Amino acid sequence: MKKNLLISVWMTLVTTVLLGILYPLVVTGLAQVLFPRQANGELIQANGKIVGSRLIGQPFTAAGYFHSRPSNAGTGYDAANSSGSNLGPTNKALIDRVAASVEAAKTENPGAPIPVDYVTASGSGLDPHISPATAEFQVPRVARVRGMSEADVRAVVAKHTEGRQFGFLGEPRVNVLELNLELDATHPLR
Amino acid sequence: MASVFSRERTLLDPFLCPIEKLIYRATRVAPHEEMDWKEYATAFIFFGLVGTLLLYFLMRLQRFLPWFFGAYQTTPMTPDLAINTAISFSTTTTWQAYGGETTMSYASQIAGLMVQNFLAGASGLAVGVAFIRGFARERTDKLGNFWVDMTRALLWILLPLSLVGSLLLVWQGVPMNWHEYTRATTLEGARQTIAQGPVAALEFIKNLGTNGGGFFNANGAHPFENPTPFSNFLEMLTIVLLPAAFTYTFGRMIGQTRQGWVLFCAMVLLFVSGLLLCGRAEQRGNPRLEKIAGLSARAGAKQAGGNMEGKEVRFSIGASVLTAVVTSNGATGSTNSQHDSYVPLGGAIPLVNMLLGEIVFGGLGTGLYSIVMVALVALILGGLMVGRMPEYLGKKIGPLETKFVTLYVLACPLLVLPSTAVALRTRAGLAGLVTNTGVHGFTEIFYAFASCFANNGQSFAGLNANSAFYNTTTAIVMMGGRFALAIPALALAGLVAGQIRRQETSNAVPTDAFLFGGLLVATALIVGGLSFFPAISLGPILEHLISR
Repeated sequence: MKKNLLISVWMTLVTTVLLGILYPLVVTGLAQVLFPRQANGELIQANGKIVGSRLIGQPFTAAGYFHSRPSNAGTGYDAANSSGSNLGPTNKALIDRVAASVEAAKTENPGAPIPVDYVTASGSGLDPHISPATAEFQVPRVARVRGMSEADVRAVVAKHTEGRQFGFLGEPRVNVLELNLELDATHPLR
Repeated sequence: MASVFSRERTLLDPFLCPIEKLIYRATRVAPHEEMDWKEYATAFIFFGLVGTLLLYFLMRLQRFLPWFFGAYQTTPMTPDLAINTAISFSTTTTWQAYGGETTMSYASQIAGLMVQNFLAGASGLAVGVAFIRGFARERTDKLGNFWVDMTRALLWILLPLSLVGSLLLVWQGVPMNWHEYTRATTLEGARQTIAQGPVAALEFIKNLGTNGGGFFNANGAHPFENPTPFSNFLEMLTIVLLPAAFTYTFGRMIGQTRQGWVLFCAMVLLFVSGLLLCGRAEQRGNPRLEKIAGLSARAGAKQAGGNMEGKEVRFSIGASVLTAVVTSNGATGSTNSQHDSYVPLGGAIPLVNMLLGEIVFGGLGTGLYSIVMVALVALILGGLMVGRMPEYLGKKIGPLETKFVTLYVLACPLLVLPSTAVALRTRAGLAGLVTNTGVHGFTEIFYAFASCFANNGQSFAGLNANSAFYNTTTAIVMMGGRFALAIPALALAGLVAGQIRRQETSNAVPTDAFLFGGLLVATALIVGGLSFFPAISLGPILEHLISR
């Protein structure tokens, strides 16, 4: 009894030093040497300022930008407070919210079917991607505001569309921040 | 794994044996002394207890330790939240009543939570090994040495795999640094604070140890925890890897690998059925949303469609559903989508998986003794039908053994159903329903207790579980799920270890055949159904009927 209790205490202390201090130090060291960009969060700089992370979505409201999905992280894309909506499938709040988003989207591109990911919130509230369908839906609006041809915008979208990883994992997706950064660089908003 | 626990030679011996010896010397473990089931259980319980206490104090004191960012970590670590979290990590539940980035300092995450991910996982594995020894040995009351099994599980299995795995995750984009949260200015000029931290080290062991508590509130849905489809695939593989391999370990240690394969096939059958059912429900989408004119949720070349609320584009339906089924089966709970927003039947699948008792792969070590327990129930039922004394692996399952099996089977309904009922009848319980109410609210509460008992830890996260009521009740259920199952399992192992292993008699039901696998699956479904069908029909099934 007493022997095992004592061992428990010692074992907890020894393993905490091994796993809680030594092991994370080794992982940090190796990660920083082997993959420095990823280990530090894939931050993106523009004009010497950090504008975000490639992996973290951010809100876009201007008509000239491609917009991200609705977000429930904090007040929207709060990257220090990730969260989904957690609204149940029959919750009226969910149905009303989606219906309102659909109405708003109809004014952007009348007549086109609205892709489901454009009007639903992601699990993290920080989804950096939209589906290719959602990008396509926004092409006419962005082209109009930026004074580009739709074909030119489509070409930039295609450049930032990732296919399935290794050809079979996951789904095709468009990185919104990188797409908008490139548009700003090549066709600045007037 | 069998080699590691039977002290046979392995490739890693030259590096690890000296460390192993050093640990035994520092902790005064006598590695060659074996324990009977009572001592083994005592060591297991004490170790869990001490770990819980240390974790409790680490979290309570986190504001005085380095890497605490008061500006962002705004949820106070109250005593009830701290004790709930401590228990949940030491029982591998990793129920998250807190939100990682708003509550936990890096020191708490790594020296506290991550260490428990390792230790609780290794302890579970040790109990699983002791359980197997009960069936493999004869005429002894000794089941091995808990400290040795635990240490070897850590050094030979969990630590090397985690080191490699964490680096693979970093390669895919999971951060591993100790910086304060980054302040960015978005393209539109808004401020965005980006929480990062030493994510990768925790991320891998949380899955390997079948714990599942995420670094961030959104768990595996957060792009920093799970940036790519490959990282997701790797994390899922990690959950299944050891519990699935453990069936083979079982087969090898008892000297009949076919027995292990039967258990494995039964697991795969249940796994695939769940995957197909859940995937179909989610891909069909939410009927209420589909009524909105103009919305298109149909799968096509440019979108995967389906029920996308609470799911990430990079995973969409396929990888989200795979994760839901893997984590609910694997006692892990590291979700990559919000299960609360699943369509009723889609969300019912993880719930059913947890209620079946984590027998499909299940937790580290715990999954194996769980499915063997169900196998014993199948044999007892079969024995009753044909009027024979049931036997498993040449061991007789007599009246005393049957009692422990029964205790094991009854523990789940006896804890989950009453606690759900109490939550529904008290104001404190109903106060948790801040997001959803009605039928879905019932499911949220039922799901919470089912998950805690299964030591899973995933939730219908609309439930606000950070209150004195839920912190206390879920902690009790989590301890029940850990100890009320492990102790009968060890006791049973102790009993059967004392028997001689008879040659298989022609009277016995052959347990290494297809027929027995079928009986096993049927028993799991019948026992689970008898216990929980009324509750499930009040929740997901009713919601499904009214959602059309």
